[in-house]
Amino acid sequence: MRILLVGNPNVGKSALFSRLTGTRIIASNYPGTTVGFTKGYLKLGKEQVEIIDVPGSYTLEPVSKAEEVAVEMLKEGDLVINVIDATNLERNLNLTLQLLERQIPVIVALNMWDDTRHRGVSIDVVRLEELLGVPVIRTAGITGQGIKELVQRLSEARVPKNARIYATSDERWLKVGDIVSQVQSLSHRHHRWYEHLADASSHRVGGIFIAMLVIFATFWFVRFVGEGIINHVAGPLFERLWTPVLMKLSVVLGAGGFWHDVLIGKLVGGEIDYFQSFGLLSTGLYIPLAAVLPYIVAFYLVLGILEDIGYLPRLAVLMDTIMHRLGLHGFAIIPTILGFGCNVPGIMATRILESRKQRFIAATLISIAVPCAALQAMIIGLVGQQGIGYVVMVYGSLFISWIIIGLILNRAVRGFNPELLVEIPPYRLPPWRVVGEKLWLRVSGFIKEALPIVIGAVLVVNILYILGVFNAIADITAPVLTGLWGLPKETITALAVGFLRKDVAMGMLTPLALTAKQLVISSTILATLFPCVATFVILARELGVRDLLKAVGVMLAAALIMGSLQNLVL
Amino acid sequence: MTGNQQGKLTLVEMKTGQTGIVIDVLGGHGLIQRLDALGIRPGRKVTKLSSTLFRGPVMLRVDSTQVAVGFGMARKIIVETDKYRPRTS
Repeated sequence: MRILLVGNPNVGKSALFSRLTGTRIIASNYPGTTVGFTKGYLKLGKEQVEIIDVPGSYTLEPVSKAEEVAVEMLKEGDLVINVIDATNLERNLNLTLQLLERQIPVIVALNMWDDTRHRGVSIDVVRLEELLGVPVIRTAGITGQGIKELVQRLSEARVPKNARIYATSDERWLKVGDIVSQVQSLSHRHHRWYEHLADASSHRVGGIFIAMLVIFATFWFVRFVGEGIINHVAGPLFERLWTPVLMKLSVVLGAGGFWHDVLIGKLVGGEIDYFQSFGLLSTGLYIPLAAVLPYIVAFYLVLGILEDIGYLPRLAVLMDTIMHRLGLHGFAIIPTILGFGCNVPGIMATRILESRKQRFIAATLISIAVPCAALQAMIIGLVGQQGIGYVVMVYGSLFISWIIIGLILNRAVRGFNPELLVEIPPYRLPPWRVVGEKLWLRVSGFIKEALPIVIGAVLVVNILYILGVFNAIADITAPVLTGLWGLPKETITALAVGFLRKDVAMGMLTPLALTAKQLVISSTILATLFPCVATFVILARELGVRDLLKAVGVMLAAALIMGSLQNLVL
Repeated sequence: MTGNQQGKLTLVEMKTGQTGIVIDVLGGHGLIQRLDALGIRPGRKVTKLSSTLFRGPVMLRVDSTQVAVGFGMARKIIVETDKYRPRTS
């Protein structure tokens, strides 16, 4: 049996899904968190049933790609749990009535029940059950209230006897109005303190100040926490515990030779240098676990909090005017921000955008101008050694290319750019359990997915060095690298490895002893030139091969021009 | 801006804090459908919560939901307002 969780965006389907299946997935406080579908399993008596978290949809007549996915899924389900937001009954019931028109058994989860009281909403659940003709269960995905009852009563899900098909949207809304007037009563309520903040953050001038404050605080926090963990936890752990082990191993391996070079790498002045040695057990572990992981933790902690408070849609509103110039609308800021963690989920999230043009521009801009957390960690670490001003130059160059490429693509790409139309969720105090679980999910995802690739990349680098392949390539690409970008020809090895992992590639710049200017140029090019292989695969899947090739063309052009300009100007 | 504070206005012309009834959406089927799904449809009461600088989106309250409507779209939504009263909170 296959059960579908269907409902409007941002009604808590993902939180409910986690509760039902024990499978942890990412839930946030903005519409469109789930863009693909996620599968999980629930044990129902002796049967193992499949549960699918379907992307949120306001209607069964889809207008975005995420909504199309939702409608397609509906054809393949045996039972629907219609999740509705109890504090927003009217709009949610419109979808419920549409679901009841289909010949599929439905049970309603009246979710966010815990929120109804302070919002002054009371609902006559018994009457609602009668009117809809299907079971209605009060639930709260965050606290787990009502989940047990929901599972127990799944078997009561049915196609209502009094099911009717509404000829027009008007008729359906009329019926919704009728139901709401019979079951819901509203009482006066007081503003909570964070609702005053809500007003301030969407004030036309105050909102911009708050946005700048939030962005600045985010950067500051990520850097402070990231560096803190490196300097006080990860760094010392490696130096004190791991270095002695490696040094012993080095002696055992005879301080040189093939295995020594592959496992430990080259010793620098008789010592292990975690950036330069480039062995599997030295650099291969240090980069992901000590140099990058602390920033990943810091970034995703802040992101999780911003997501769950519900701030991101407000930022989308403020950014709307600027984003329109780039052929996008404000909501595209959310995939972009996700891209600062890792480009892969960022590009996947472009599905919340309505048109093909928007999705192409958003995905291309993310892969060019949005450095992932791993790359950023290395940029801050390595370029930052030369002075924070140089880090600002890298970010500034990327920001400028984001704007310019967006302006150009907006004119060059055919298609249309719909207006922003989005529900702004109420602010919520972040449920700390959810923030914690989400952080763990993302961090462990990074370790599982990135660690093997980093180690693989380090291995490939070693083999290619031994085979002398890099020297051959370096000679071919020297005119561009040296002539246009002003970089030593050996930099090509790092740029090539960037296709595997950007963080490893940055690490490879260390032994080249680049000047500050060269570091700025090479890290900007590394971000711009080519996405890593994981991003590449997702781009191909989301855009199709033709658009992928176009995007790659834009990337190459952007890197050539940006690198040359930096070489001239800086 | 017409300066007319009573009668038929677009969402853009409406004042912050003002409430009105949607009477028409001047757009194609796609636009009407998108707005309809969010509950913005003729006969529905909406309150303008704020506007954004530089022709940015208009924020509305529809029932208990806040919705951000892009500027171009907001210009196509016609409401009939009662007399303008400043917001009292």
